[in-house]
Amino acid sequence: MSRADSTPHRDDRRNMDWFVDKAVQILVFVAGISAIVFIIGIFVFITKEGVGFIFKSHYALSESVFNLLEEKKMPDTQLDALTPLEGKAFKTSQDLILAVEGVIGVEETRPYKELLVARSLDQPFSLKTFFTSPKWAPTSELKPTYGALALMAGTASVTGLAMLIAIPFSLGAAIYIGEFATGRTRELLKILVELLAAIPSVVWGFIGLSIMNPLIIKVFNVPIGLNVLNAGLILGLMAAPIMTTIAEDALKAVPDRYREAAEAMGATRWQVIFKVVVPASKNGLVAAILLGVGRGFGETMAVLMATGHSINLPTSIFDSVRALTATIAAELGEAAVGSDHYQALFTLGIFLFLVTFLINMTADLVLRGIRKE
Amino acid sequence: MFEASELNIRNRKIESLFRILFLLMAGLLILPVAIILAILTYKGSSVISMNFLFTSPTEGMTAGGIFPALIGTIWLVSVALLFSVPLGVAAAIYLSEYARDNWFTRIINLAIINLAGVPSIVHALFGVGAFVLFFRFGTCILAASLTLGIMTLPVVIVSTWNALQAVPMAFREACWNMGATKWQTIRKIVLPNSISGILTGIILMVSQTAGETAPIMFTGAAFFLPQLPQSVFDQTMAMSLHLFVLATQVPGVPEDVPYGVAFVLIALVLVMNSLSIAFRVYLRGRKKW
Repeated sequence: MSRADSTPHRDDRRNMDWFVDKAVQILVFVAGISAIVFIIGIFVFITKEGVGFIFKSHYALSESVFNLLEEKKMPDTQLDALTPLEGKAFKTSQDLILAVEGVIGVEETRPYKELLVARSLDQPFSLKTFFTSPKWAPTSELKPTYGALALMAGTASVTGLAMLIAIPFSLGAAIYIGEFATGRTRELLKILVELLAAIPSVVWGFIGLSIMNPLIIKVFNVPIGLNVLNAGLILGLMAAPIMTTIAEDALKAVPDRYREAAEAMGATRWQVIFKVVVPASKNGLVAAILLGVGRGFGETMAVLMATGHSINLPTSIFDSVRALTATIAAELGEAAVGSDHYQALFTLGIFLFLVTFLINMTADLVLRGIRKE
Repeated sequence: MFEASELNIRNRKIESLFRILFLLMAGLLILPVAIILAILTYKGSSVISMNFLFTSPTEGMTAGGIFPALIGTIWLVSVALLFSVPLGVAAAIYLSEYARDNWFTRIINLAIINLAGVPSIVHALFGVGAFVLFFRFGTCILAASLTLGIMTLPVVIVSTWNALQAVPMAFREACWNMGATKWQTIRKIVLPNSISGILTGIILMVSQTAGETAPIMFTGAAFFLPQLPQSVFDQTMAMSLHLFVLATQVPGVPEDVPYGVAFVLIALVLVMNSLSIAFRVYLRGRKKW
């Protein structure tokens, strides 16, 4: 841009270029904070849809209310008449009493009114059930239950097995690539690992479904090949390339003078690696493992297709399980917007978000540990 | 003369043992995948034909081709690119050229790390809650692409930031000394010198976007839709979801058809990635500073 449009005052630099510069500065700043906006946005929107459910309450004739009515000597005929109302949710206690009156009559209801108002408050969702009950039955006609224990066990078993496979192999591969391989071999291996990381998760799921499934049935002679073993293997292969890359970066960050000093003392290559390089890059390796765990925990399509998707507390690696992420993916399509089921799925989402947030933060803190040293 | 002692020989043996062990580990990571890819290619390439690529699925998706899914993926990726590339590049410019090393920048970096770590299904929930319901886009390409765009934003930011950081500080200082403003320096010096690095990152983002399934399942991708999308407010089929649907939801699909879809999807992604890698290797060889 020319100087022609500058003001006559020599010292006043606020010409067109100056304004453009300021405008750009504001624009890129807005883009810069977009990541913060989005991460807050994600939290706000999934919380908005899901958190109401955590505190939601309604009035219903639950099993405990029936027991109380029985203690209060309600005749069996009336109790039987009320059975169809069991578990049905009402907005206010007044609605519930009206419904009860409709079934057994106004006069007959009177002696139990107080009890109904006091004890019929029921929460469809309770944190205790969520963390301790293995029963995930959101579409149950009688009493929907939202226990995520089996789903957590599913996710944990699959991620655990995946890490059992991925940690030694990715660290081994990282050490080979970083410390042993040289020149072309090294470049080639790095490129291969990078390409492995690019395979989409739905393709991995398809591999689990169509290649691993018959293979596992044949090799281990089990009835179902879609199980913890299948998903764990798939997830291990998926997470390993990323872990390898991060671990190799961590090894590379160890200054060469450490290695040279050790070699000067007469240490052999593997002594250098195990006594010097690995301890020095410990934090980076831990971060690599943590990020791998986070990745396994959040993986959706592959675990949806390869776990067998049946609610189970697994007792062996040949049990089919169901993961947290897969549950959302499988059920969100059929849950009516705003329904209890729909909100319960968003509650699962909040849980997933918080756990991955925690894992990522920890990994970052661990990584920052090395930078400080 | 020097002769190897017992200890030397033992140490050397241990070393070569470890060397082989680690090589095996690296090999065991790569080998199974290579075998799997070979099976996919073997079974998938038999169905690939012009007809398969350029016709719609017919007879309840048990026959015909994948054309609408292919076009749908191109739509989804393009709209996601239009959103996340300008935003991501601008964010990277801020972080690399303007941001100071303080707590605020650190929070931005943490947000980027977390955005990259959020599970894809949570991104899907966000897409449903924000774009489909709150902004009332409904399930359409726009909602799906925005979800994808936000999900892959960290890839664009981080790769662009790396490319910008690779431009030596001396280039900028020389330009500032000539009286150029910060933006003039960025536009005339920093961006031209890093554009290829930025492109490498964008190609990587394209390949990642094309393979994603969970974020588009509930925000804009349809199981089956014989016609092509006309605007960003239409629903569309997509390659990744098509593979999922064929593999799990549709009975009576001939066994090799999903292999064909998987093959096309993987070929798409791997070609993109190889392109990005080749680009990077070429650049490294050409670098002048």
